[in-house]
Amino acid sequence: MTAYIIRRVLVAVPTLVILIVLCFVLMQVAPGGPFTSERPLPPQVLANIEARYGLDQPLWKQMWDYLVGIVTRFDFGPSFAYRDRDVNDIIAQGFPVTLTYGLISFVVATVAGMGIGVVAAIRHNTWLDYIAVGATFSAQALPNFVMAPILVIVFTWQLGWLPGGGWNGGQWQYLVMPVIALSTSYVASITRITRSSMLETLNSSFIRTARAKGLPEHKVIWRHAMKPAMLPVVSYLGPTFVAMITGSVVIDVYFSTGGIGRAYVDSALNRDYAVMLGVTILYGGLTVLFNLLVDVAYAWLDPKIRY
Amino acid sequence: MPGSIQRYGTEMVHRTAQSERIIEALAEGEAIRGRSLWEDAKRRFFRNNAAVGALICLGLVVLFTIVGPLFSQWSIEEIDWARMGDIAGEGHPSVESGHYFGLDGLGRDLYARTIQATRTSLIVGVIGAFVAVVIGTLYGAFAGFVGGWLDNVMMRTVDVLISIPYMFIIILLMVMFERSFFMLFVGIGIVSWLDMSRIVRGQTLSLKNREFVEAATTAGVGRFTIILRHIVPNLLGIVVVYATLLVPLMILVESFISFLGLGVQEPNTSLGALISEGAGTVIYGTPWQIACPIFFFLVTIISLFFVGDGLRDALDPKDR
Repeated sequence: MTAYIIRRVLVAVPTLVILIVLCFVLMQVAPGGPFTSERPLPPQVLANIEARYGLDQPLWKQMWDYLVGIVTRFDFGPSFAYRDRDVNDIIAQGFPVTLTYGLISFVVATVAGMGIGVVAAIRHNTWLDYIAVGATFSAQALPNFVMAPILVIVFTWQLGWLPGGGWNGGQWQYLVMPVIALSTSYVASITRITRSSMLETLNSSFIRTARAKGLPEHKVIWRHAMKPAMLPVVSYLGPTFVAMITGSVVIDVYFSTGGIGRAYVDSALNRDYAVMLGVTILYGGLTVLFNLLVDVAYAWLDPKIRY
Repeated sequence: MPGSIQRYGTEMVHRTAQSERIIEALAEGEAIRGRSLWEDAKRRFFRNNAAVGALICLGLVVLFTIVGPLFSQWSIEEIDWARMGDIAGEGHPSVESGHYFGLDGLGRDLYARTIQATRTSLIVGVIGAFVAVVIGTLYGAFAGFVGGWLDNVMMRTVDVLISIPYMFIIILLMVMFERSFFMLFVGIGIVSWLDMSRIVRGQTLSLKNREFVEAATTAGVGRFTIILRHIVPNLLGIVVVYATLLVPLMILVESFISFLGLGVQEPNTSLGALISEGAGTVIYGTPWQIACPIFFFLVTIISLFFVGDGLRDALDPKDR
């Protein structure tokens, strides 16, 4: 197991480095620098600015400094658009917000999805199962950017129950709609995966054996069926996590939560490459880390995996 | 038992009649055609009502994007100056003003814009799936067939690329170069083939030790020709299924980006951009501005899901 984890970490590290290098190279080959504007700056001023941000160094040196800065000091460098803030400030300001509702949405999607999926599988071919299948099939087509406006129209403008945006220190009223908007389509996907995997497990011969020896049904499900049925769900958690991270950008923008997504979109519109790179690398790093955890969990759950 | 004898008897009669017909057909020189895998799949698909219904819906949407512009009285960028002052009052959908879907927030014709947006989404989906099919199939089939260290390197590369949050890379590409259709297609193309290559490689591994491949090798057929002529045609079923399921995913990616305002630039538009605009203006009493794009978005995506599901059931019956 330890060897497996070490091997997995050894794959994760180059992934991160490739991500950073890729983003950095993209930034370099893009036409126009961060300080190209409609009114050209005098060459001396431009040279000064470039020296301040280290842009006059050779490319490999810039990249090396950037990498070393991230690895040793967790420092993503200065922002190109805001003179008084660097990328770390911007991330530190928005990240806790995004992380809060992101984690809640992730837990909601997983728990609700697994719960509905297991119940639908146990009550296979009853009205409950049909409702679950029908609802989740349509809900898959309801991504966050469709759910968010619909929720606001219904709950803020029609019913007036919930605030249509803002954060207010993370009070629950401000959390409800972001969490629902972000998790709906993943509740649906996880339900579908859980249901079909549970059905398959319940049809297998070891479950027949368990029933044949007279175990009560709840024991059959909890003791025997649960673990193997959860394997496909666990491997789907990685993509779900990535999707939540990506979706949080829409939530931050639409609900004005003050999260990191707003800063990201602003930086994209301002061509503030430093912030874009910082956020991309941060989220890429989280993704790689999370995939690592999922793989380890999978190896632990699945006795068939050799490590 | 008289019943069974009788049944046996009719069966005999039936059989003789059938064999006579066959003999007749043979005598007339007609070939007796067996049912191919594809015909089988077609029959299974058309027996699936949900899938057929979805296919019809999808056909109507496509038809709408082709025929719709003929009835449009406004272009996507023309502003209706006479009505733009009071969009909530006069900009609602109506036949007599020529704005069948009403006006958007700036006083432009929503009918023309919805058509263009739907078309953008469909094209993005199809191009994403096409790139996935071409690159993903060749890459996966090659890696799987060649095997060894090259396979290892190729698939590890895919592992690395797949764990990068690609939405951010597409946005990075769009922002740093230009926010055009071309760049959008490049971005979508870069990410769409990764999953496909994994699936295809897995299938290739199970195909490559089969007798027909061995026969081709014995006959001296080159490796690349074997991949193209013998492996790829046998992969088609699974490729078609995943390509169909990929189309809605690509549409979702594109709509997501344009919802954030980072997609194609004005006056061009896309469903995500229209949903975003409509969501911002509902408060002024213009519900049609969000209803129209969401309607077309949902119809397209849900139909594609159903068609993909139907195709999977039809081409991969063991999966049911």
